[in-house]
Amino acid sequence: MTQSTTPAGHGTPATPLAPVPAGKSAAHRPPGLRPDVRTLSLLGVLAVLVAVGGVTRPDEFLSVSNLQLVLTQASVIGVVTVGMTFVITSGGIDLSVGAIVALASVWATTVATQEYGFAGILFTAVAVGLGCGLVNGLLIAYGGMVPFIATLAMFASARGLALQITDGKTQIVTVESVLDLGVKDAYVLGIPPLVLVFAAVTLVGWLLFNRTTFGRRTVAVGGNAEATRLAGIDVRRQRLYLYLLSGLCCGIAAFLLIVLAGSGQNTNGNLYELDAIAAAIIGGTLLSGGRGTVVGSVLGVLVFTTITNLFALNNLESAVQQIAKGAIIVAAVLVQHRALRGD
Amino acid sequence: MAPEPPLLTMSGITKSFPGVRALDGVDLEVRAGEVHCVLGQNGAGKSTLIKVLAGAHQPDGGRITWCGQEVTPGSPIAAMRLGIATIYQELDLVEGLSVAENVFLGHEPTTAGFVVRTRTARTAAARLLERLGHGEIDPARRAGELSAAQRQIVSMARALSHDVRLIVMDEPSAALDPDEVDNLFRTVGDLTAEGVAVVYISHRLEEIRRIGDRVTVLKDGRTVAGGLPAKSTSTDEVVTLMTGRSVEYVFPERSPQDAPATAEPVLRIEGLTRKGEFAPLDLELRPGEIVGLAGLVGSGRSEILETVYGARRPTGGRVLVDGVPLRPGSVRAAVRAGVGLAPEERKAQALLPMESVTRNVTVSTLSRFSRGGWLDQQRERDAARRTTRELSLRPDDPDARIRTLSGGNQQKAVLARWLLRGCKVLLLDEPTRGVDVGARAELYGVVRRLADEGLAVLLVSSEVPEVLGLADRVLVLREGNVVHTADARELDEHRVLDLVMEGSPTA
Repeated sequence: MTQSTTPAGHGTPATPLAPVPAGKSAAHRPPGLRPDVRTLSLLGVLAVLVAVGGVTRPDEFLSVSNLQLVLTQASVIGVVTVGMTFVITSGGIDLSVGAIVALASVWATTVATQEYGFAGILFTAVAVGLGCGLVNGLLIAYGGMVPFIATLAMFASARGLALQITDGKTQIVTVESVLDLGVKDAYVLGIPPLVLVFAAVTLVGWLLFNRTTFGRRTVAVGGNAEATRLAGIDVRRQRLYLYLLSGLCCGIAAFLLIVLAGSGQNTNGNLYELDAIAAAIIGGTLLSGGRGTVVGSVLGVLVFTTITNLFALNNLESAVQQIAKGAIIVAAVLVQHRALRGD
Repeated sequence: MAPEPPLLTMSGITKSFPGVRALDGVDLEVRAGEVHCVLGQNGAGKSTLIKVLAGAHQPDGGRITWCGQEVTPGSPIAAMRLGIATIYQELDLVEGLSVAENVFLGHEPTTAGFVVRTRTARTAAARLLERLGHGEIDPARRAGELSAAQRQIVSMARALSHDVRLIVMDEPSAALDPDEVDNLFRTVGDLTAEGVAVVYISHRLEEIRRIGDRVTVLKDGRTVAGGLPAKSTSTDEVVTLMTGRSVEYVFPERSPQDAPATAEPVLRIEGLTRKGEFAPLDLELRPGEIVGLAGLVGSGRSEILETVYGARRPTGGRVLVDGVPLRPGSVRAAVRAGVGLAPEERKAQALLPMESVTRNVTVSTLSRFSRGGWLDQQRERDAARRTTRELSLRPDDPDARIRTLSGGNQQKAVLARWLLRGCKVLLLDEPTRGVDVGARAELYGVVRRLADEGLAVLLVSSEVPEVLGLADRVLVLREGNVVHTADARELDEHRVLDLVMEGSPTA
């Protein structure tokens, strides 16, 4: 606050076009690669969880098949969370992700769609996700609606439409090539294809966030939308793209869910919005926007999925599991506040 | 005046924050019924001193004596109970509540302890407002609908709703027009006549001369002079105490040749107008020229800049850059044509507060450092650093967080943003707001140098000396109309103020 300018700051002649000393530049690590307190503490939590699993259920927890299961379970919500991270960083919120996953998964598994086989299912899931994201984005960016309200409306409508399409029935997938992706034979070096997709989305998301103008503008809009607008950036178009991106992630997640469950259901993606927001927040993304981390979000997802797995392996009730999740959210945010103040 | 024991004595107050010693031995003595002015540059410790008085900060050392007893106001409520009220610069009214609810916030008159007696509160609020000479403010109105001046009165009414003996006012006139300032001073006079003491923080020396009794000067967290007579201490002496220098503003030399009248204008404004804000305006700006707009708050100055920039849509007229008309109401069109704006509210309108200097500088030029959306961060950082070095931005660290910089250096980062973009027309709205007196001269030098290098600058400032000292040509605005245009060297401060005030409604 009480920043006093040093005398050296005044009157020193300008040094036009001074060369940048190479040493200082080389020492600089681009942001995004610097591990920060939040990421490290989350890694610590994950390590503790793994240790707990290794101690309480040594044979089951660390088995290859269990790790494959945990990562597979993390994949669907993980892809959604990557999209959510961008939206929250821009100062927005997307409450409709779970509903979009549900709608995309049932639309892509109708009898009519399944006639077009693998491509038809994949295309439909992605197209429905993008379509919903487009509506969200247009309402928010150009209709001037508050993200909370616009996506709440989408949440209600998409769930309703999903129910109408299925009439509450489970739609079994009969396309073999889709189901084959979920079986052991399709694993690449022991890694399930779903996990590979999750990894790819994470990598692309990280690059987009940290290495492109798109990511930079996302952070700028979240940090100060008015200043960004006055800097000559098209804030509205950026917002539209962000909800499209979230919709796209939902479409991909819906496809993964179809592979995983072998069916489409209107109850799919229940509470995904809350899980994705929680994972992003404990990962270190600010709910008020202006700061976000894809790596943190993915770690957040892994923490939650590992907890679920641990509780299941130890035959604990899901009620206790919910309480533990709540406690972790509180603890993570408190730690972050400390870290932020120390900045 | 008989020597009475002082109402408040602070001696040897110290307060440190991580890395900063904000207060390093402050002494302050305030008598009942006086207006005691506290002067100092930004960073001298005024804000911290106020917060210690208000109970918001606890001092690390020193003594506070109140009515002869040693006290430590441990919280804002404790300070309030002692009878110390603080009116902050950012007024702290709840906009959604009514005037009366704001006045009695936290100590509402109630029945049975929790049912608010609205009518009693309104009557009492009306009485307090009447006492302040502002009976025209309706206690039932929402605070959000009031003008800045009216809000200030409501804050004062809130202070008086407690049994207050000392009111601390932090730059109360900053958001006010001259006639409103007159009202404020009348109110302050009434309060002191009742024996209430006022600690008055301000930058404006002429105000202090008008209402102050005594002056305490702070520099670098220390009291350098206490209890000077406000009326008779010379400006020169006060400025010397504040800065260690003997002049307040140093303006750079104008370029020897007059603005080249032969050059083609880079910016042409033709009949630009916004209904209810400013009348049709014609203006030509040549490369190398600085044109100033002088006028009161509300005379349409900022609105003109923002309309030229496309942030507001004009209701008539057009703006041409290099002879090509800009799409009206489009910031992006203006930026692409080479127009840049350093807005009035730097924090809210220009800075990305959580970001580094580099990212603040390059936000308008991102596509230049990218191929297909892919950023070359090394090139981006080097370019930002080159530009900030040209402006001698301190610290010379492209990764420093922008919010840790002083106001003057933040402003340089904003200028660097537009320089990097290679803009031809720079719109400056209150460029030295929140900038230290000492750093101002440097900023003026930067602006003049940029103009000499061929930039056209359109400057708005509420500080008349700044407009006269920096601009080549001055347009005087009154209520949205240009009332006078002249060479800056042919005008003086009094003439401009006459033009600005002439015929304007007085209270």
